[in-house]
Order: sequence, then structure tokens, then C-alpha cells
Amino acid sequence: MAADSRESVHDLPDGLGGTTVSREVVVVNAQGLHARPADLLAREARKWQSRIELVSDAQRADGKSILEVLTLAAEAGTRLIVEATGPDAREALEAIGSLFERRFNEHDDDQDS
Amino acid sequence: MKFSDFVATDAIRSHVKADTKEGVIREMAQALVDAGRIAPGDFEGIVKAIMKREDLGSTGIGRGVAVPHTKHASVNRLVGTVAVSQKGIDFQSLDGDPVQLFFLLVSPPDRPGDHLRALENISRQLRDDSFCRLLKAAKEPIDIQTLLEEADSHGVVS
Repeated sequence: MAADSRESVHDLPDGLGGTTVSREVVVVNAQGLHARPADLLAREARKWQSRIELVSDAQRADGKSILEVLTLAAEAGTRLIVEATGPDAREALEAIGSLFERRFNEHDDDQDS
Repeated sequence: MKFSDFVATDAIRSHVKADTKEGVIREMAQALVDAGRIAPGDFEGIVKAIMKREDLGSTGIGRGVAVPHTKHASVNRLVGTVAVSQKGIDFQSLDGDPVQLFFLLVSPPDRPGDHLRALENISRQLRDDSFCRLLKAAKEPIDIQTLLEEADSHGVVS
């Protein structure tokens, strides 16, 4: 980390400066990334210091903002790349990936949306 | 998806009278009944379903905006309306702020994609601060309608 820095790394207030890690996730819940999953995702993302972004074919969204996550309009089957950058990037990525794997705790016959 | 694809213009309200979460949802659903978009007999069922969804987590998504919604078998296409509360309503929103701007959506159970695209449109437009501010400052339903039309055609420029 910070291999080419010539002087000591500043302790940035936002804690960034760590590595960037990324992984692919798939939206598996039938209703897609609608308001409730977007809320769960943004809440989880905000627990971490790292910057968390979701990347689709068309755009990039700040994972900590429900409004941005909703602009992805990610339907069931959509593949997204999650990128985490910062001191706790790996843990953050694992937590976010797990939300997708657990279908945001939704069952496909849920009546809510 | 554009606002004009789902917003019932006759059901737009610029001065909701309600000062509670359920009150504003009832007022907006009633506006959809009055505009002939949902049947009077479905009114209570739709209000209950929207409130049940709110119990799972508020749809107050921040910036003074909420998107109360439900699926309901009585509609065969996505229908929605917009309302403004001049004083703001406690909606247990995610950022704790009172909500002034409401987008209510009722969608057919088998069209999750349409619902997502409506949410996408609302969220994308609301990232524009001036659009939010102008909507909240609307004095008449026609002002809201005009802003939605502008956003549909080229985004609001200020």
C-alpha cells in the first residue's frame, strides 16, 4: 500500500488511501434493486470508512447514497461491479457482497416492493 | 421512463392538508380515486398495502422526499401522483428530516421493471437541487406539472 509515496502518508480524515478491491455481484432477488434493498445497501455501505461504488454498464453510483443506488435501476439478473477503496475495503466488500448473496433478505413472493 | 408515463396530472396536489404519514398517503390515494385512476372500492386496500410497506422501512429516502408505494392487482399499469406539503411531515425518513415532497406509486404485481424505472427516474431527477427546491416551492398543481414536463424534456435548468 502507498508503495511509491516518498514521505509518510497523511492520515486523511476520510481514511482513504488504502487499496481498491472489487468483485462482481448479481442482483438475484426478483424485484431488483428497488427502494428497500437500496436502503439496506446504503446503510451497510455507510458503516465503512471506505468509499464504495457500484458500477453498471452505463454508470457508476455512490453505494452510500440511496438516491444514487436507485438510479442504477438494476433489475433481477443485472451484474454489477462493487468497488471499495479505503482502509477497510476488504471487509466492506465482503459485507456488501453478502447482502446481494442473501437477496437482501427478500423472498420472491413478498408483496412489498 | 418519464414522469408523464406514470403521473396522473389530475391527481397532483400542491398543498396537502394532512400532517401525518397515513394522512398524506390517504390524501394522495383519494386524489387518484378522484382522478379516476383507482377504483373507490380499492382505496382502503391500497392505503393499507402502502402502510404495510412503510412498516418494513420508511420510503422517506432523504432530501425531504418520500416514495410511498405498493403493488396492487387492481391496476394494469403503473400509476402515480405527486404531492407537496408546505410545512413538511414526519415520515421517519432515513435522514430524519421532515418530508415535503411525495411521489406515490401503485404498480401491477407482475411489472417490477416498470417500478424500478419509475424509481430511477425520480431519484435521478431529485439529485438536481434546483428541481427539488422548485417542486417544494410550487404554489399550484400546474406548477408541479410544468416542472415534471420540463424534467421529462430536458432536465430542469436554473
